[in-house]
Amino acid sequence: MNGVSEVTGRYLKLYRDNIDKISSISSPYLNSFRSAAFDRFGELGIPTRKSEAYKYTNLNLFFDHDYTGYFLPVDSDFKKAEDFRCDVADLDAHGLVLLNGFYPTLSDKLRQLPSGVWVGSLNEAALRFPELIMKHYGKYAHSDADGLVHLNTAMAFDGVFVYVPEGVRLNKPVQVVDLVQSEEDTFNQHRNLIIVEKGAEFSIIVCDHTLAPKKFLTNAVTEVYVGENAHFDLIRVQNEHNAACKVTHTFIHQERNSVTSSINMTLHGGLIRNSTYHYLGGEGAETSSCGLYLTDKWQHVDNFVNVDHAFPNCTSNQLFKGVLDDMSTGTFNGRILVRPDAQKTLAYQKNNNILLTDDAKMDTKPQLEIYADDVKCSHGATVGQLDENAMFYLQSRGIDKREARFMLMFGFAHEVIQNIRIEPLRERMDNLVMQRLRGELSRCASCVVKCG
Amino acid sequence: MLDIKNLKASIGGKNILKGISLHVKPGEIHAIMGPNGSGKSTLASVLAGREFAEVTEGTVKYMGHDLLELSPEDRAKEGIFLGFQYPIEIPGVSMVNFMKTAINEKRKHHGLEPLSASDFLKMMRDKKELVEIDSKLANRSVNEGYSGGEKKKNEIFQMAMLEPTLAILDETDSGLDIDALRIVANGVNKLKRPDNSFIVITHYQRLLDYIVPDVVHVLYDGRIVKTAGKELALELEAKGYDWIKKEVENNVIA
Repeated sequence: MNGVSEVTGRYLKLYRDNIDKISSISSPYLNSFRSAAFDRFGELGIPTRKSEAYKYTNLNLFFDHDYTGYFLPVDSDFKKAEDFRCDVADLDAHGLVLLNGFYPTLSDKLRQLPSGVWVGSLNEAALRFPELIMKHYGKYAHSDADGLVHLNTAMAFDGVFVYVPEGVRLNKPVQVVDLVQSEEDTFNQHRNLIIVEKGAEFSIIVCDHTLAPKKFLTNAVTEVYVGENAHFDLIRVQNEHNAACKVTHTFIHQERNSVTSSINMTLHGGLIRNSTYHYLGGEGAETSSCGLYLTDKWQHVDNFVNVDHAFPNCTSNQLFKGVLDDMSTGTFNGRILVRPDAQKTLAYQKNNNILLTDDAKMDTKPQLEIYADDVKCSHGATVGQLDENAMFYLQSRGIDKREARFMLMFGFAHEVIQNIRIEPLRERMDNLVMQRLRGELSRCASCVVKCG
Repeated sequence: MLDIKNLKASIGGKNILKGISLHVKPGEIHAIMGPNGSGKSTLASVLAGREFAEVTEGTVKYMGHDLLELSPEDRAKEGIFLGFQYPIEIPGVSMVNFMKTAINEKRKHHGLEPLSASDFLKMMRDKKELVEIDSKLANRSVNEGYSGGEKKKNEIFQMAMLEPTLAILDETDSGLDIDALRIVANGVNKLKRPDNSFIVITHYQRLLDYIVPDVVHVLYDGRIVKTAGKELALELEAKGYDWIKKEVENNVIA
């Protein structure tokens, strides 16, 4: 492996040091992917700013660091996580907790919900439902994706598994509280697999939290299969501390006439990179991909979206908005690919940003590749300040400058929040975003853990 | 109520208002008419506290305050209301939240408790009825997606909610059809009391068929060149502004 960067070398070594232990705990099918993924990671390495997809994001800030170890849980960790309860008022959800990427219960690693729905540990599911896993695992995370996806495949072995059988509508969402906690600087990886079969309906909320003031790095991959006529909503709420880095790769594969949405709400975090890949793999599929990021101090948030229109008559809508304060930075990269056969495609993209200071910075890049001729595509990006005319309008009604600024920022953010279909969660997001924009701690008021 | 003396203002170094004096008493409706570019909207902006126009000379007294010293929000809290010629769309900010904040800020300023949610909603209902505004409009974001007429009606609704002492309506009638014009005018007529005043800025006489002014001023080239009773508006409608321009030019030569 000549020519491998020093940073990449760290992770090659990490693999070699841990692979025996990982293989001994993990299911044989997941293990069967590891060696090829490791080789591919060795070729691609940790993405650098030379790569177009990471041009404005310096991963070395977090990847070039001595993490004390690769996290493998012990029983007492599981016990700690079981004590954690998240309490969004009125949010009636099936709750799950992930601790450093592991499904942390000693028993009951897979739970059966009404109508044959299964939720629980991916590693356990790989042992119990080998046919399902063989059909879907590793099928949607592209082989041409970046090195980090392969690093995840090489080493991750647990995470959330969800199976919603054909025609089942789960009327409560599943809420995953994704905790990172350790007394040491820690690198975690996990892998989620969500299968929503033909005609089924399912929503999942993922809340990313950090519980200890250490340096954390998480590299997570989620694969989602959405069958014909099925509905799927993913809402991710990211609220981590400034010494945490989260890199997520989400691959959503859609069959014909399916409808999906993905919403990334980034309230807080040191360095966050969300890559969301939408594959519209059948006629009439529809997707909406949204994001809101509120940054300050030295935070950096990078949203990378890839929408692949592979079939005719599909619709996609991207809406990403950010408010950047202090010397924080952000990146948006939205790719729309319309393949030659994908006639009658409707594809829209919007990225609007407000910079509150001269030092805040936003790089935004639309990337449209259209190979069909009968399509409607549009994109628009703005980077600006608060609208002076709107400020004066509010002030002329007796609202002082500070409050007027706040109302405009909130109104700007609300356009993304209103896409959340689960009402109690939408209200909670409104409140959290309000607190965040007012500079107050944005943790859930009734939460026992101070994760801000 | 309002006493403007020799007010001069410029925008980007260009003199727009060239010495305006105007006295408005409680209970009066003043109409300010004039051709385009005469300085009507600049006068409205200066009174409301918009910063783009720089006041170079003159004084404005309002209810004992030196108006020019107050911030826009304090002017509003002291009872000044500007009806915008082009109301601003503010996506994501609901009318309810907007009005609740505005009213409670004003109440706080006057040492009053915030309105309870039920009192506030009742007030919204009553005022909507008063100004005949479509009840659904108030549930949307501020002016977002409103038609031109709806935006103007919404200005009148806000005026009804805020109960100003001095309302300045800047070409609120422009671009309105007759029905909308009637609603706007009725709003003014219903809100008129012996202790409040209106300055209605308009290009056309049409609005004054519905709102009867006590005094009509003609603003031309940054000056008030004529002041008379309501009959002046009719004369302007019949003869246009050219004769005024001529009169002014002749005076200058004389």
